[in-house]
Amino acid sequence: MRERELRGPLPLILLAAVLVYAAVLLLAPMAAIVSSAFAGGVGKVINALLLPDVLLAFRMTFLLALGAMLINTLAGTVLAWVLVRHNFPGKRLVDALVDAPFVFSPVIVGYALILMFGREGWFAPTVVQIAFAWPAMLLATVFVSLPFVTREIQPVLAELTLEQENAAYTLGANRWTTFRRVVVPQIWHGLLYGMVLTFARSVGEFGAVAVAGGAIERYTETATIYVFRAMHDRNPIGAYSVSVALGVLSIGILVVMSLLRRRPSHTAAD
Amino acid sequence: MSILLENVTKYYERQAVVKDLSLEIESGEFFVLLGASGSGKSTLLRLIAGLIPLDKGRIWLHGRDVTTLPPQQRNTGFVFQNYSLFQHMTVAQNIEFGLDVRRVSRQARRQRVAELLRLIDLEGYEHRMPSQLSGGQQQRVALARALAYQPEVLLLDEPFGALDARIRVQLRQNLRDIQKRLQITTILVTHDQEEAFELADRIGVIDAGELLEVGEPSALYRRPKNRFTATFLGNANLLRGQRNGSKVYLEQPSEEVTLAAPPNTEHLSGQPVDIFSRPEEVEIALSRHELRGQLIGQAIVQEMTFAGPLEKVCVQLQSDRDRNKSSDLIIQVLLSPDEARTLGLARGKQVWVGLKDYHLLHAAV
Repeated sequence: MRERELRGPLPLILLAAVLVYAAVLLLAPMAAIVSSAFAGGVGKVINALLLPDVLLAFRMTFLLALGAMLINTLAGTVLAWVLVRHNFPGKRLVDALVDAPFVFSPVIVGYALILMFGREGWFAPTVVQIAFAWPAMLLATVFVSLPFVTREIQPVLAELTLEQENAAYTLGANRWTTFRRVVVPQIWHGLLYGMVLTFARSVGEFGAVAVAGGAIERYTETATIYVFRAMHDRNPIGAYSVSVALGVLSIGILVVMSLLRRRPSHTAAD
Repeated sequence: MSILLENVTKYYERQAVVKDLSLEIESGEFFVLLGASGSGKSTLLRLIAGLIPLDKGRIWLHGRDVTTLPPQQRNTGFVFQNYSLFQHMTVAQNIEFGLDVRRVSRQARRQRVAELLRLIDLEGYEHRMPSQLSGGQQQRVALARALAYQPEVLLLDEPFGALDARIRVQLRQNLRDIQKRLQITTILVTHDQEEAFELADRIGVIDAGELLEVGEPSALYRRPKNRFTATFLGNANLLRGQRNGSKVYLEQPSEEVTLAAPPNTEHLSGQPVDIFSRPEEVEIALSRHELRGQLIGQAIVQEMTFAGPLEKVCVQLQSDRDRNKSSDLIIQVLLSPDEARTLGLARGKQVWVGLKDYHLLHAAV
């Protein structure tokens, strides 16, 4: 769509509204956090970030986000492939269910995992602990970040004609080579975008991992859970510092996403 | 024998789209499968390439039974209707794809790409992306890609379908030249009879999954055995009659009209037949004795249309049962502008119609 040139005072009013909205909702909170964090000097922030609890929390956050990203890249691609390329009864239902994580409260998801894998649960484990440990947290993160990869590559896959794959087959390429050299390069851009979204969503998750992992200090604590605990423990420096670090990470992800969005996946044939 | 199909059958949802089809194609032959859309011609091509499995029958390529082999092992070159070039690869990468998966060395690949670009007259285009090429150029790259690894058989599925008429004619000529030079056994699928005539050594006419008739273009055009072939390959005049003894008795326009039975039609003796004549085999005269061919009857000129180098004239035969009422038999005639002028033809003019040449078909039931 082309930008339209508006005349009169309306465009100015709209622009002002957008700026106020962005300032109140986005910039002001960020400014508040940053200014509070650095009120006592940079040294205090760095010290707060180097505390063993904080490092452990960040480690947990990264591992969960990485794990969820890897699992959902694979599972999300397969899911998108099946939804685009195959017809089966209940396909529309499955397609609708992909969006479930958008509508279910993460807290409920965490709670459901405990009900399933807790000591009294249906799938109460005998060897490894799942509930109130990292496996349940990973499952929770995987669930909340499930739709992104699938939803990003579904339309790209749908646009790819089957004929290109058929062409590769007649040229002598087997299924794997065809997928690797013909399909992946054309969905790569969407896949990458979906992976970044998955990672971003996983880093920011709070409710599901807090409930599924039990928010146990130094054991099942993520960065977001640490912020929550620091607030309760009247440890403002800790809460502010970790928030700033998470904020910087998010801005970094935003930059990557906007770079990815600028480049088209492939030049369309006319 | 280069391609041998034995009783090939394919069902889609219990409907046979290719029915018990058998066909032999010689080495180096350019074979055109001609049929309307939905006739099963593209399905047959995909069965040969192994892109879809068949339900019955066998397929042999160069003496090798490939019936159960996947497309990768059939060594066919396939050109798709929409070219299906890999959009993320350059022209050179597209062309060398088949060599690359066969682990041909980089140097040999480069050499072959250069050779093929010369063949399709696109030298200097190796680093272009498919989206930077015109439809005709993309089509040529698709052909080069399918030829790169020297396949035993070249299969083309309506390769000129998406191109405009002028480019189509030019590309046809190129394809014919390349095919003759490489001597590669080729099957081309099309619905365009003009394309079939221009390219084919032999044409196979396919309808509703059945191969109705196979033959050289001129033989199929002049002496079709089948009513569908007769009408599909060009305009045809068909008159109902009966062959008895050495004569053919017409049902219309008049039962008194008889024609000499053409040679080699004894097998149709005593049976209802269609008298088949192409518009260029019909003649028109102003009086009965001026006709050189076999008289059919009198007719009224209905319509005259300009058809390029020739004049197309439609005349309506007059039935003798009711002199005033014309039968609905419309006969198409092709005349040179000279002939048309000499006869002074105009709408409503009464003329005599004769057949310079004709042929008998078994009447469709």
